[in-house]
Amino acid sequence: MRVYLDNNATTMVDPEAFELMKPFYCEKYGNPNSLHRFGSETHPALRRAMDQLYTAFNARDKDDIIVTSCATESNNWVIKGVFFDHMLNKDKDHIIISSVEHPATGAACEFLKQFGIRVSHIPVDENGLLDPNDLRNLIDEKTALVSVMWANNETGTIFPVKELAAIAHEYGALFHTDATQTVGKIKINVQDINMDFMSFSAHKFHGPKGIGGLYIKNSQPLTSLLHGGEHMGGRRSGTLDVAGIVGMAQALENSNKLMEFENLHVRKLRDKLEDALLEIPEISVVGDRAHRLPNTILAAVKGVEGEAMLWDLNQAGIAASTGSACASETLESNPIMEAIGADKELAHTALRLSLSRFNTEEEIDYAIVHIKKAVERLRAISSTFAYTPDWHVSGL
Amino acid sequence: MAKHDLIGGSIWDEYSQKVQDLMNSPRNMGQITEEEAKERGGKLIVADFGAESCGDAVRLYWLVDEKTDIIMDAKFKSFGCGTAIASSDTMAELCIGKTVDEAVKITNIDVEKAMRDDPETPAVPPQKMHCSVMAYDVIKAAAASYKGVDPDHFEDEIIVCECARISLGTIRDVIRMNDLKTVEEITQYTKAGAFCKSCIKPGGHEKREYYLVDILAETRAQMEAEKLKAIADAKISGNDSDLAFEELTVVGQLKAVEAVIDAEIRPMLMMDGGNMEILDIKKNDKGIIDIYIRYLGACSGCASGSGGTLYAIENVLQENLSQNIRVLPI
Repeated sequence: MRVYLDNNATTMVDPEAFELMKPFYCEKYGNPNSLHRFGSETHPALRRAMDQLYTAFNARDKDDIIVTSCATESNNWVIKGVFFDHMLNKDKDHIIISSVEHPATGAACEFLKQFGIRVSHIPVDENGLLDPNDLRNLIDEKTALVSVMWANNETGTIFPVKELAAIAHEYGALFHTDATQTVGKIKINVQDINMDFMSFSAHKFHGPKGIGGLYIKNSQPLTSLLHGGEHMGGRRSGTLDVAGIVGMAQALENSNKLMEFENLHVRKLRDKLEDALLEIPEISVVGDRAHRLPNTILAAVKGVEGEAMLWDLNQAGIAASTGSACASETLESNPIMEAIGADKELAHTALRLSLSRFNTEEEIDYAIVHIKKAVERLRAISSTFAYTPDWHVSGL
Repeated sequence: MAKHDLIGGSIWDEYSQKVQDLMNSPRNMGQITEEEAKERGGKLIVADFGAESCGDAVRLYWLVDEKTDIIMDAKFKSFGCGTAIASSDTMAELCIGKTVDEAVKITNIDVEKAMRDDPETPAVPPQKMHCSVMAYDVIKAAAASYKGVDPDHFEDEIIVCECARISLGTIRDVIRMNDLKTVEEITQYTKAGAFCKSCIKPGGHEKREYYLVDILAETRAQMEAEKLKAIADAKISGNDSDLAFEELTVVGQLKAVEAVIDAEIRPMLMMDGGNMEILDIKKNDKGIIDIYIRYLGACSGCASGSGGTLYAIENVLQENLSQNIRVLPI
């Protein structure tokens, strides 16, 4: 059996969205910006897709939703655009992000430090939660931008973006949220949150890879990242990926339609899996379920190194993820694991399981058996776990 | 960066079949108890290295025949990634049947080579070499425990790169002998820094006592100081003329150029109402020494300044000082 429990990394493409994409590769393959019929025949699908995006987020006509290649591009665009528009040769010199942002945000801010930009980090507690009061302690009149992800990719913790946006605006700063992990999992209403910018990526909600977007409130100015064309109203150059836009929009519409199902079915399966994990001695899960995405579990498995755990699961056909440094190509430790706290030994024993609506109960039952087997085998090998022959995982 | 570096792969694809098999079914995993040691007539040695907080920890059990110092049996326990488990298992296997003194000579390189499917293909990707380093360290700890000495007793040199086992002395010598100027060159010549990269600079996977960037900077500084001292000594003894033009400091080069110009060139220029001055001397990446000049008086604006006169100045300086000189009028 093959069980995919790494949906925070990427997701399977929604079959209905995939079907809608197909005609735009070999039949209606014209460039939408061309004058001829090959180009113009793509327009109805593009207009429909844009309508779907605006409806899904409850964006107004005067707002912009600009199609980008992914959330990494969107995050970079916001941070560098705000630098050019509000910081370069101006009074403001400060950006605030959380200590657990995706590298697309963190590294872009690090890049700006060489130009004299100050970057502050809002800390998180051992449950991965963030206190809006910490933003108040960091923000000042020179803060140009507050950028905090809506939900964390490792822990699934949901951040109080509405409060954070209000605090940012109180001090005259812009507010951006990276909603990559949130879209398709919880209902998004851009009017309710009052954010200036919001990034998203299609492949996280069963859309295709290589396509994403940036919501820009009131079409406000933002220096372009990509120059060289009149695409997207001149805001983001590059020939439009019609198939990608169509697929992304349909995947988003379907995710929204199935939101209730997602929150019931996926949450039920996640809870079943998490309850089974917690039956194993010396396993802890980060964050309480009330403040977490319905699909995510981040566990610390005492005595079992993360990459070894993934190896055993992979042998059983199960895909999961770890924040362990040993599993990364560069051997660099995961800053998110470090930010949450070393006492959990997360830096080396993290196991992230992330579900989607395409997971079945049968798959979860299979995963539970094999996770327990892997823990038992690797703890028997482990020199840091007090394993005795009569110790074993219950239920095996 | 090149074609093969542009698309990342799974590190698992680079594990040898032996590594994969050992990850799944280690042969020497387990422990030896005091009771078992007594039964089998050997001395039990238990050694630990590493910690969970570091990401790697290994425990080695030896059963040693005290009459012969031969390791009758070896077992391990390991907290670590799959390659750490496979390396620990191989290390235990290599110990069995060897004397304690022979076992101490087993290095992480021996462990990695023993896990290869074929002699030419590494068993693990470069960044995973550090996983086998623990094996060497825990053997030293076990041998030290058996002999009642400090583990450092077995180290006769300071190792900078644990993965490739390159010593501080070797790195310093290679920098000097080959006039190395970058860390990349050190890696090309010695393989130090080619694997887990912890030894290159602070902030890597593991904290190290010595880093290549510091060794390079210190050695280069020493080489420069020695060069200056040699020049100063030569001056004192009146032998500075023995030094090659390239070995002189910029000040020394400036003086030498001025001396040649005063003697051979300036008189000719002044006869025609002209003159010249030296603005700067710079050595470029290709080893060419560029001498920037400005023409004065009648030479300024003279067409010959970029033709015959320039050629004559360059020729005289090359013959008197160095063939690597190039003259650039500003």
